[in-house]
Amino acid sequence: MTFTDKLNKIIHYFQRPEKTAKRAKDRLQIIIAHERNVRDKPDYLPMLQRDILDVIAKYVNINKDDVRVELDRQDDCSILELNVVLPHVETA
Amino acid sequence: MTKTIVVTSGKGGVGKTTTSASFAVGLACRGFKTVVIDFDIGLRNLDLIMGCERRVVYDFVNVIRNEANLNQALIRDKHVKDLFILPASQTRDKDALTLEGVEKILNELSKTFDYIVCDSPAGIERGAQLAMYFADSAIVVTNPEVSSVRDSDRILGLLSSKTKRAEEGREPISEHLLLTRYSAKRVARGDMLSLSDVNEILAIPLLGIIPESQAVLRASNGGEPVIMDEMSDAGQAYADAVARFFR
Repeated sequence: MTFTDKLNKIIHYFQRPEKTAKRAKDRLQIIIAHERNVRDKPDYLPMLQRDILDVIAKYVNINKDDVRVELDRQDDCSILELNVVLPHVETA
Repeated sequence: MTKTIVVTSGKGGVGKTTTSASFAVGLACRGFKTVVIDFDIGLRNLDLIMGCERRVVYDFVNVIRNEANLNQALIRDKHVKDLFILPASQTRDKDALTLEGVEKILNELSKTFDYIVCDSPAGIERGAQLAMYFADSAIVVTNPEVSSVRDSDRILGLLSSKTKRAEEGREPISEHLLLTRYSAKRVARGDMLSLSDVNEILAIPLLGIIPESQAVLRASNGGEPVIMDEMSDAGQAYADAVARFFR
């Protein structure tokens, strides 16, 4: 062990440890919000999104992020909302 | 009216069985006829925590399969009057528990008991889902630690969708947070999630905080639920939690 290693160890010993609980809380809030968002949606939604994407891709050149499928629930009906951003096409 | 309480958590090792045992004793001490059921098929352990492991003759699965009747399988607790234990089976058959079988037994128990405490296995498989399915109340046991809090949130999702009350659109299961293995010292130092942190994330009413305590291991060593160690911090915390359940 070099002298600097030893010195670092001594410094580390006296340093106040970082408050990790704050990080735990921040990380939990993010991941749980994400998981709750996915949890309430039907399992078929990602597959539906992929199929719609495939159909559109047959005609237009788009990428994955250009199609968004949302399912909203209101009282006794569900609304499927489809959002497609088409690339700007130059008309001759 | 019989009340069915599930003790659940998702994550293993957070204190479900310790809580089930102490809570059941606490209910029985208040004069309620109580039965505590071990749903952890294949990994029976409630009997050890309750100190009745040598008196198990028949189990939960024997009753479901009509190999024994309930009275043969129920073990009378040796500490408290009005408390009975229904041990899990040690079978490796994963399909031993059926929805119909569990329903039949709970219905029969409802005729004579005030409280049915269901000690859930860890995970979100069949045993855990069946333990919560018929519940009126849920005690969600959580450690102040990231994986436990996340799993508890997952369990809350299941309680509000995959249970009889949810499916029938009845009044939802009443959810209670029990924070276990809590160290106020470490919270003060800033390296453990605090009660308010966990509360803010899970957002369900608090039933109690059980401190990290040497009494818990001592209690399980001797097969006496920790609530019976009235002088211990954990024992008192469990007694407080039971009291809060009635408020």
